[in-house]
Parts: sequence; C-alpha cells; structure tokens
Amino acid sequence: MTAIPDTRPKMRGARFLQSRGMRRFFRHKLAVLGLAMITLIAVACIVGPWLLPHDMLDIDIRGRFSPPLTDTYLFGTDEMGRDLAARLFMAGRVSLMVGVAAMVLSTVVGTVIGLLAGHFGGALSTALMRFTDAFLCFPQIFLLLALAAFLEPDAMMITIIIALTSWMEIARIVAAEIRSLRERDFVTAARVSGASHAWIMFRELLPNAAGPIIVAATLTVARAILIEAYVSFLGYGIQPPLPSWGNMLNNAQQYLDSAPWLAIVPGVAITLAVTSFNFIGDGLRDALDARSDMP
Amino acid sequence: MSETPMIRTVDLAQHFPIRKGLPGRPGAVVRAIDGVSIDIPRRQVVGLVGESGSGKSTFGRAVMALDPPTSGRVEFDGTDLSQLSRAALAPYRRRMQMVFQDPFSSLNPRMSVAETLGMPLRFREGGAGRSERRDRAAEMLEMVGLPRSYLDRFPHEFSGGQRQRIGIARALMTSPDFLMADEVVSALDVSVQAQVLNLFARLQREMELTMLFITHDLAVVGHVSDIVAVMYLGRIVEIAPTRALFSGPRHPYTEALLSAAPSPVPGGARKRIILEGDVPSPVNPPSGCPFRTRCPYAIAACAEDRPALAAVGPDHRSACIRTDLDLMPATGRRTEAALEGSPG
Amino acid sequence: MTERLRVQDLSVHFRSERREVQVVHDLSFTLEAGRTLALVGESGSGKSVTSLALMGLLPPPPQSRTTGSALLEGRDGADLLGIPESRRRRLRGDRIAMIFQEPLTSLNPVHSVGAQLVEAIRSHRSVSRRAAWDRAEELLDEVGIPEPAARLASFPHELSGGMRQRVMIAIALALEPDVLIADEPTTALDVTVQAQILDLLRRVQERTGMAMLFITHDFGVVADIAHRTVVMYAGRMVEAGPTEDILRRPLMPYTSGLMASVPLLETAGTGRSELATIDGFVPDPAAPPAGCAFHPRCAHNRPGRCDVPPIAVEAPAPDRSIRCARWRELAEEVR
Repeated sequence: MTAIPDTRPKMRGARFLQSRGMRRFFRHKLAVLGLAMITLIAVACIVGPWLLPHDMLDIDIRGRFSPPLTDTYLFGTDEMGRDLAARLFMAGRVSLMVGVAAMVLSTVVGTVIGLLAGHFGGALSTALMRFTDAFLCFPQIFLLLALAAFLEPDAMMITIIIALTSWMEIARIVAAEIRSLRERDFVTAARVSGASHAWIMFRELLPNAAGPIIVAATLTVARAILIEAYVSFLGYGIQPPLPSWGNMLNNAQQYLDSAPWLAIVPGVAITLAVTSFNFIGDGLRDALDARSDMP
Repeated sequence: MSETPMIRTVDLAQHFPIRKGLPGRPGAVVRAIDGVSIDIPRRQVVGLVGESGSGKSTFGRAVMALDPPTSGRVEFDGTDLSQLSRAALAPYRRRMQMVFQDPFSSLNPRMSVAETLGMPLRFREGGAGRSERRDRAAEMLEMVGLPRSYLDRFPHEFSGGQRQRIGIARALMTSPDFLMADEVVSALDVSVQAQVLNLFARLQREMELTMLFITHDLAVVGHVSDIVAVMYLGRIVEIAPTRALFSGPRHPYTEALLSAAPSPVPGGARKRIILEGDVPSPVNPPSGCPFRTRCPYAIAACAEDRPALAAVGPDHRSACIRTDLDLMPATGRRTEAALEGSPG
Repeated sequence: MTERLRVQDLSVHFRSERREVQVVHDLSFTLEAGRTLALVGESGSGKSVTSLALMGLLPPPPQSRTTGSALLEGRDGADLLGIPESRRRRLRGDRIAMIFQEPLTSLNPVHSVGAQLVEAIRSHRSVSRRAAWDRAEELLDEVGIPEPAARLASFPHELSGGMRQRVMIAIALALEPDVLIADEPTTALDVTVQAQILDLLRRVQERTGMAMLFITHDFGVVADIAHRTVVMYAGRMVEAGPTEDILRRPLMPYTSGLMASVPLLETAGTGRSELATIDGFVPDPAAPPAGCAFHPRCAHNRPGRCDVPPIAVEAPAPDRSIRCARWRELAEEVR
C-alpha cells in the first residue's frame, strides 16, 4: 500500500500548512477539550480570587468544615474556616506557574544538550548522552526529596529542582531528531555554503525539530504539575501558608473521613490539569507529526 | 593540456569503520572508495557512473571536502584541500558548489526561497547585504527559468522539478567554478528530467562551469558528459572521452553496463550480457580485480594483482588485464532509426 | 490468444476532505496468456492506482470508489471488482499475484524467506508443511537464487535488493498465477540487476504462460519486455497498441514527447543536442483541463478542438487506439 498518489489539491502558502496542522489539532476532540479545560482553569486561577467574596487567608471560625455550596463558599471551607475556592485558585496559580516554569527551564536545558549532542556527534555526543542517561538512572522522586530536604524549598527552588530532574527526555528526543535531520541534504547545502555551527544548529536544525519539542514540552508541564503535587503532598515542596494543590492534599489527609471535599477538590483540579495537558500533547503530536503529512 | 585541472584527486580513499575493533585487533572497514586518481579538466563535464555501492556518492562528498579522506588528497585548482582548516576552506567553498539528488530534502522547509538562495552569499567575507542577496537571488531564479515572484515562497509550494531548479540556483549564487551534481535527475519524471538536463547543459556553457556529474543512468551520463568514468566497488575501472567509451568500451564491466541499459529504440538484434550475482561487499572485496567474480571473461590471473588504470587509447584508460578482448559498444546495436538522427 | 483478464471501463475515485476526485477514467484493456501489457506513464498518471484497484488493495469506500469490471477468465472466473472481499482474497495470490517496486517493504522482516513462501503456498493449497517447504526450495531455485536450501532460512534484510525482488517473484509465482501484476519491479534496482530480473520474468512467462501487466515509466523497459503498451496520462488511456508500433510510430504528441525527452545510449557523446521537453506539469486531478487533459502542455494544441470535451477514442489501425483530436492531421504532417 505504498503507491497511492496524493490527490489532494496542492497547498498554497505557509499559512495553509499551518492551518492544516491546526485543523488536524482541532479535529482531535480530546485535545480541544483539554485546551478548553486548561483555559478555564487558568482563567479561574487568574481572575477567580478577585471575584470571590473571601480572601484565601480570611478565617471564619464558625464556618469551619463547611461542605461545598454552603453560603458563599463555593467549595466549602477548611479546618480554619478559610474559603477552599479562594485557596484552590491561589494554589492553582502556584502549581501552574511551577509547572510552566519547570517546563520552560527543562525544555531549554534539554534542547541545548540534545542539540549539541545531535549536531556535533562523536565524543561530545557520547559524553552528553551518557550524562543524560546517568540522570535518567536516578529515581526522580528520591532525588527530588533529597534535594528538597537539603535545600530551602520555596517555589523557585522547587521549580529548579523539577526542571533539573525532567530535562532528560527532551534531550534524548532532540538529539535523535537532530541526528536524523543532520543527514538531510539542506544541512549539507548549508555546510557547502560555509555556514557556521551556530547557523546550522539554530537556523537549519532547530526550527525543523520544533514539532517534537513542543509536544514533549506540553507533556512535561503535566508531569511537572504532578511532581510538584507529589513533593508538596509529602511535605517537602511548597510550604504553607503559600498554598499549592499538593500541600492542600497533604493538609486534607487528616480530615479524609470528616471533610472529604478538602481532598477531592484539589485532587480533581490536579487530575483535570494533568489530563488536559496530556490531551493537548496528544493532539499536538497528531497535528505536528510530519509523517501524518504523507498521503 | 598543460593547464592545471580544476579538480585532481590523488589516490583518494575513504574507509568507514563498521564495527569497532577490539584493542589490538582492527575492526571491519567498508572501503567505499579505494585509491581513486582522476582529473577534472577546466570547463569540462566529467560523468561518474556506477551502480549502488560503487562509492560514487562518497567520492563526490570527498571531492567537496565534506568528509576528510582516509588517505590521498583532493586538489582544487592546484591546492590540496585536505590540509586546510574550516576557516581556510571558506574561500574555496564559494568556488565549488553542489546540487543534490532529493529535491525534497535539499531545501530547508522552514526557509523561504530568498533565504535559501541568500545563504551562500551571507557567509562570504564581509557578507552581502539583504538587498544585494535578494537581487542576486532573483537574477539566479530567472537564470534557472523561474519567476522572481517565487522569492518569498516556501519549498512545499513547489513541484520536484521546480525544487531542483531552486537547488541549482542556490549552487550558482556565488558564481562557482566547479559544480558537483549527485543524481540530480533520478528523482524526476522523464519530461521534467529533460528540462533539468537542458538547463545544466545551458548553464555549463554560459557560465563555463567545470562539472562532476554523478549518476547511475548511462544514457544521462552519455548525454551530459565530455568524459565518462566508470566506477565499480570503490575504484575507477575505465575512463575515456564519452564517444570513445560508448563506442569502444575496453573494460568488461563497462560493456555489461552498456548492454544491460534498456533502450527504447525499437528493433535491432541485441545481444544482452547478463551478469551473474550481485556486487560483492565492499567490506571484503575480491582479491585482484574487483569485478572478476562477475566477469564473463575472467581468467586465473585476474585474481592475482589489482589491475592499474592503463592507457588503452588517446585519453582512454582501463583497469583490465584482458587487453585482448573485442568488446561490444553501445552503438553496436544501433538501428537505422537511431542512425538517421545522429551524425557520425 | 487466450484472454486471461478483461478490464472494462475501470474508474477509480478518491475522496479527500469531502471532495471526490477521479484518478482513473474508463480504462479498458485485455491481458492475454503468455503476453505482457505495459502501462506507461509519469507520476500521477494513475498507473499504480490501476494495479491496486485490480488487486483490491485500495482503501475501502468511502475513501475510494472503484467502478467498471475486471473479468478473470478460466476456472472459477469472476469479476474481480464485483465479488466480495473474502472471495477476492482467495483469488489473490492464487490466480492473480502482484510484485512491487520496493521488495523490502513488501516482505515481512521478522519471518524467514522460507516461512513466507510456505505461508503463501499453504494459505491457498492444502499441502503438508514438508511438501510446501520442498516447493519453496524449488521456487527459489527457479528464480535463480543460489543455494536455495540455505537461503530459505535467511531473513529479508540479509538479502540484496535484487535477491529480495527474486524472493518476491518466487512468492508471486508460488501458485502459478494466471495473471501477474508487476508495479515498477525494477525501478529501485541497478541496471545490471534490472536486466537479470527482466530476463527472469520473461523466462517464467515463457514457461508458465502467465499474463503480465507491467507498470513502468521507462520506455526502455517497455521496449524490452512488453508486447502491447498502454500509455496513460492524467488517469486516461491516451494511446495503446503493439509496443514496437508505438515506439516506431507514436501518434499521440504526449507519447512522442515523452520518448524524445529521454537521452539515448545510441547517440551518447555525439555533441550535446537539446533534449525535447514537455512544458508545464501533470494537471491536478481535482481540476482537470477540459477536453484533452494534455492540451495545456501540447505543442499541437488548437483552441476550439483540443479543449472541447469529449475527445473520442479512435482506432487508427485494427489493434491501435488513440485519444487525440488531431492525430490524423499530425500523422499527415509527419508524412
């Protein structure tokens, strides 16, 4: 089944190609759902705290452990009578921010290492990829806990720690992609023209590897959010009173019988955010995968 | 003919290790090219023909100084390129350019035609300004028969033939002296192939280019070249002016290639030499003559020494010890129909 | 001559993004026992789609739609296009077989050559594994593979391109089909290996009397192997007849243009004359030109004649056909 010619009309303009990718993305129903969900969560986290009648630090002693939808408490209150919705949205700001910042950082590190290893090959590539493998061998959670116990865990530090333990996959993806792109004739053409290494890496190779990098980066956000939740749940992550979805869960575990919503609400938030990012990643993979351009 | 050739290769060899050897024991090595010495005279087209695995593309890359040779050297206009650093090579890069086989992988899909064409000028000393690059790019597009309105388009908007023209325009941006073309028409439909071959012929004439034209297609090589070199298993087995090679091959492999190539000229009793088996592995080539395992004329002596390229006629050299053979020319099966259309 | 396959008014439509595009238009031809018919054309001519349609290998409706008939003659004859897939599967490999351009992708990399041959035999004949294995060895010997018994244990990646194509041919011949469809079987091979494979196919045909449909873009190969030739352009037959006739006296400007654009071995080194070229491109099947599909690229195009549908198929000689509005005048001009 190799010989069926492409009977689709010829593409006109780069914009059309992009829009074709976008069309493929929007045909992916779960990805669209994920995108809608993430937008909703992000908007809620950004503007939510201003719209709610309570500040996340307001204490209402008489209203402790109110279940969801009591009075003006959308998601109820916690053991100190603080508004759970306000806390959830503020926590969401922290968790999403940590997730996105960790993604940016690990993508930059992973891309640079992958690009160098893929482009130069030889001993440098071997050294960089063995270094990457060494990082991969380390159980991430233990590394995180060890580092967090050792260092002062604030949001910035947690972000850096997560990034340092999750760049390896991107590095490997980028290195493999660059290695195959490097063999393409247009790269040889650039060499023949006397192009510098920097030009070849950043103008010839990197733009053509953008698809897989974007997909991996999206999936990394999901993982970073999850990792932040783990670590904070175990008490080594974001420290109260600054809320994060993870430490809200940590706090909730003692009241699991009496006030289950304290665990359910942040739990659902984490699940929704993580699955949404994963759906978006899947959709982007279908939309950006060059192979699906073939007939 | 005392003029320095544009390109001279001296005993050029390129060996690729395929397995790492244990310490003290050498690993296996692919002898992709093994001692190739040829001259490419100025303003001439040398056609290099061979089957897959013959090493013809490796030779092309070595001539372009893309991979450092295992041994031997490439001289460009009298200068040994293999001794030069990346920086020292740069001025030579401008004078030697190449065109690629695959029109789909030879253009960066993320760059506009203007950017792609402008690149060779960007990296020369001083660098050319944006408008200068654009003007030159437009000029070269017209030179290869494309409108200048294509400057701001992207590769995916073009057909294979158009892309190949863009690739040729890119190679001409720096007004090179030497052009290496590796299987540039094999991915194209025949009607488009003819357009591109005509374009090459015109450009070569107008710009007085020296060319190395690599292909597996004998008819194409016969059409474009002044001199044809036949390669087998990493070695040149025969080299001669085109007419001489096609009308009086002196190496049995050349004869076999000529007789195997299908021709659409109808009728004409044709004798086919059908070679047995496949090309041997370049990892351990046969002793003596590399072609002897498939050669219909092989004798015991062929296994002994590797035959050197020896003169068998004016500018005609062949690496075969059986100089007694009377081999069949391509034109031997020429029919009246073909004769009518060709002089001599 | 015994007819083996009669294809009548074959049309293929592809559907993409809610539009239907016709890629093969009312193609008719006949395959005869012991004879080879070549389908010649450039990319986009519909020649490969035709072969896949006959084998029932196109994507199922609604992605593609095939109409017309393809009558397989002889024992349990049937219309290949009208029978259910289950029955077609039984015929495929048994009565009608196919070889492809790239044998590496058509052979399964995880099974040995012998296992694949035995599988091909036993899926259609109830013979013992032992007997099938013996037959497999015989087949490899028949297609010129040295040491066939040892080669049965080889895996596809251990063989050269020419050897793999021989294995593909052995599999296709396993059940002595009446009809063999060969889709550019030598395009990926070197010339010396191509000569071997063409020679092999010719010898097998002489021995078994199978009918062959040979798809190619190379007039040299056509001259070498085909008794009759159908030239295709933009999904239509534009010219058909005995191969030698067509090569000597092409009537359709597209055929002669295509032939003139190929450099000839016979005139190599006689000074660099310009090759004839055909300007422009193969039309987009979604927006074919009116009338003759070739007229926008044709040097003999006459507005009012060539761009007005329909262009009828005529018969300049008893066994030739042509689809060109001006073939009669053009033939006069040449004379």
